Amino acid sequence: MATVNDVVIKIATVNGTGSASANGLLRKSIFRMGVPVVGKNYFPSNIQGLPTWYEIRVTGDGYHARSNRVDVMIAMNAQTYARDMAEVVPGGWLVYDSTWPRKSLLNREDITIIGIPFSRMCNQHFDSVRARILMKNIAYVGAIAALLDIDLGIITTLLEETFAEKKKLIASNMEAIQLGYDYAMEHFACPLPMRVEKMNATAGQIIIDGNTAAGLGCVYAGATVGAWYPITPSTSLMDAFRDFCSHYRVDPETGKRTYCIIQAEDELAAIGMVLGASWMGARSFTPTSGPGISLMSEFIGFAYYAEIPSVIFDVQRVGPSTGMPTRTQQCDIISCAYASHGDTKHVLLFPADPAECFYMSVTAFDLAERLQTPVMVLSDLDIGMNDWMVPELEWDEDYVPDRGKVLGAEELEQMERFHRYLDVDGDGIPYRTLPGVHPKGAYFTRGSGHTRLGAYTEDSAEYQDVLDRLLHKWETARSLVPEAEIRFSKLNKAAILTLGSGDSACKEALDRLETENIGLNYCRVKAFPFTDAVRDFIEKHDVVYIVEQNRDAQLRTLLINDIEADQNKLVPLLHYNGMPINAGFVVDRVLEEIAKGRAA
Amino acid sequence: MSYIAKPKISHPGLPRNALGLTSRDYEGSVSTLCAGCGHDSVTAAIIQAVFELDIEPHMLAKMSGIGCSSKTPAYFVHQAHGFNSVHGRMPSVTTGANAANRDLMYIGVSGDGDSLSIGVGQFVHAIRRNLNMCYIIENNGVYGLTKGQFSASADIGSMPKKGMPNQQEPIDPVSTALSLGATYIARSFSGDKEQLVPLLKGALLHSGFSLVDIISPCVTFNDHEGSTKSYAHTRQHYHHVVNVDYIHPSKEIKASYEEGEAMPIHLHGGDTILLRKVDDSYDPTSRASAFKYLRERFNAGEITTGLLYANESRAEMHELMGNVETPLSKLPLDELNPGKDELAKLQAGYR
Repeated sequence: MATVNDVVIKIATVNGTGSASANGLLRKSIFRMGVPVVGKNYFPSNIQGLPTWYEIRVTGDGYHARSNRVDVMIAMNAQTYARDMAEVVPGGWLVYDSTWPRKSLLNREDITIIGIPFSRMCNQHFDSVRARILMKNIAYVGAIAALLDIDLGIITTLLEETFAEKKKLIASNMEAIQLGYDYAMEHFACPLPMRVEKMNATAGQIIIDGNTAAGLGCVYAGATVGAWYPITPSTSLMDAFRDFCSHYRVDPETGKRTYCIIQAEDELAAIGMVLGASWMGARSFTPTSGPGISLMSEFIGFAYYAEIPSVIFDVQRVGPSTGMPTRTQQCDIISCAYASHGDTKHVLLFPADPAECFYMSVTAFDLAERLQTPVMVLSDLDIGMNDWMVPELEWDEDYVPDRGKVLGAEELEQMERFHRYLDVDGDGIPYRTLPGVHPKGAYFTRGSGHTRLGAYTEDSAEYQDVLDRLLHKWETARSLVPEAEIRFSKLNKAAILTLGSGDSACKEALDRLETENIGLNYCRVKAFPFTDAVRDFIEKHDVVYIVEQNRDAQLRTLLINDIEADQNKLVPLLHYNGMPINAGFVVDRVLEEIAKGRAA
Repeated sequence: MSYIAKPKISHPGLPRNALGLTSRDYEGSVSTLCAGCGHDSVTAAIIQAVFELDIEPHMLAKMSGIGCSSKTPAYFVHQAHGFNSVHGRMPSVTTGANAANRDLMYIGVSGDGDSLSIGVGQFVHAIRRNLNMCYIIENNGVYGLTKGQFSASADIGSMPKKGMPNQQEPIDPVSTALSLGATYIARSFSGDKEQLVPLLKGALLHSGFSLVDIISPCVTFNDHEGSTKSYAHTRQHYHHVVNVDYIHPSKEIKASYEEGEAMPIHLHGGDTILLRKVDDSYDPTSRASAFKYLRERFNAGEITTGLLYANESRAEMHELMGNVETPLSKLPLDELNPGKDELAKLQAGYR
């Protein structure tokens, strides 16, 4: 197992012990060496004392998905030692804290076990109990640096950047790193055959999580009102928006803010606030997760029927019910697509990585205001809370927000009468007015039956007229949503179709299948409703493997429902255990299907 | 919601306000509520109040939830935008609307079911934020549209039309608002326009959350003998404790109000209201004594009305947050977007 820049390190610790900063330091150091890196955090729904893992995939090939193997396990948590050891691939390495003797039962002949007395060394070098715990974690960074040949100079620079304000911490952190580093160098043959080497594959790239990118996107889109109720894993989206706003949206002279963040009493109120603000003409949004979508559904239906723009971020987590709040899934596709009672359907966007979270935030506001309807951005915990390497975000200075069909005071003045729900342009999108602009623009926004003129109705024909026009608007939406990413490698009869965070694993799987002379075509949908290109893509193939992260093949159902795709062609490949999907899963499942006689 | 438009004929001699508008200009469509419904009297009082305050119709936003009360915004000020939201959720929509545009005047009309049962969470949280709005509860103790079930404001012992008397403690919106720190709290009766109109004016002009709880009898389901929210019961048991006069800015405060007898309250916008105490022992600036007084009179079977608490010193939501004066909805993108260079600068830290 001698490789360069192709290694997976998994670090097992106890949450609340400062391991997050140690892991971040390690991940950043490798990235600074010019080597692409993936960081995935597997954490408990808990504050302190439970097992937590961080997985660093060093990938010279630049893949973004998690890998399903562990080459080097840093087993710092006695609670999970047995299972951590079991996870290491044959021929791999396990680093453990040798301060205490390891039970003879816990042994494996097919891996190399490296004992480093982290606790003893830290107890000797640091006085306070807190420092001893924290520094133990920093010390393993040093050991890994020695074992994998990570540049100590880069680690030092990073520490200097991180603790520019607290210089004392640089020295103590470096001391701990040196302890681990020196011990490993002295006692073991460093570096291991699996090691890291400088390359130049991270130029123009950044490391960012999806929630930060989405919060930044909301700032750049000009959102002013954010309403929310805290829920994992979406909370850091509003935290990011708040941080950016406190930096960019406070008048340096007056100290006055050009943003308003309201922590609501629940998700029912959060979405109500978004509707109120959007109705008033502000760009407004709410971040949430599955349980929040359930609570918001009544208002989402209202926004659909009364035609109020609104932007909702659903950072999906494992359901049903409370599910596993700190694990990832794509399980809200159907509940978002058809949220609320009655005939409703909603525009969904499916970002595949943090960069798309940024760009699609802006798209979501444009589409919501253009279409006067809720637009939901369906991210997930894997994208939202994990560290991804993506190309540096760019901003087009010529961007003009699409505020949709909003009549101003002058236009209203010249009109004889304004009617809210008339399809003037034939695209199913009526004109709207904002309160406080002109008396002629006044109308009564209601969720009850209404006519095309905006009046209350219980008349069958008048009611149906509006409902049918909404369907026409849906077809307009189909022409406006982002186009799918489609790759035709060969004139094949088989293809993979996925969405969101399935993208990285599927692309890696395509490469691997290619080496086995199985060339599949590829489609990644970026939005619901599905575009004509998606319909054509499915029609061109005999078999389309639908890769998604839920039990019930929700994307597949939606394809059948929305574009009447032939269900016999759509083969579900479902990954729903709560861990991010990996390429190995996709490859194995495709090979299984081929072995069963499906077209390749 | 009414779909019957009112004929647009008005008497040429009708008085006009400072904007040159008549009270007819502040009307809405024809009410579809039951004949004699207290809510229609409240609608008439709202029309008179906004007309006399010279409010530009389109600068008013009419908010409501679901129920008989929530239909009424269709019946006044047709040139104002209205938002008839979902059941019990008017406060959140109003919060968002106000967050986006603080220049408008917000009037929310709700009922006892909408505010005290399904919407009690949003009601109390709007108060906590000191949302700048006038919140009206048309309180009749029953659900009208679903035909007469008790609401959470029904008094113990109150009789329904059919069945057993209510045994559960009522939620009193006034003492609830008092305990939560609402900054303008009034109670009145739909049948007492003389008291109600100035109370509404003060509530509309108040900066912060103003609650006007109005006993507004339901003629169809809760106006019988044994009901504690009937016209007869209310007339018999209610008493004024503090009345309000609205002083138009053009008028000086009358000299006839002696110290101790009348108390001027200067509102944020420069307006003044004058409190006239009917009961000398009542102190409408003390939460504690107001609470005690209300509880004692309630136990004695009385319905205390008037401006029961006022506090002009507490900052409303935008002031508490430190937001710009310009409505957020009117800020152009270039004032909100940090630009290309800032994005590049920021990302230097992401490497």
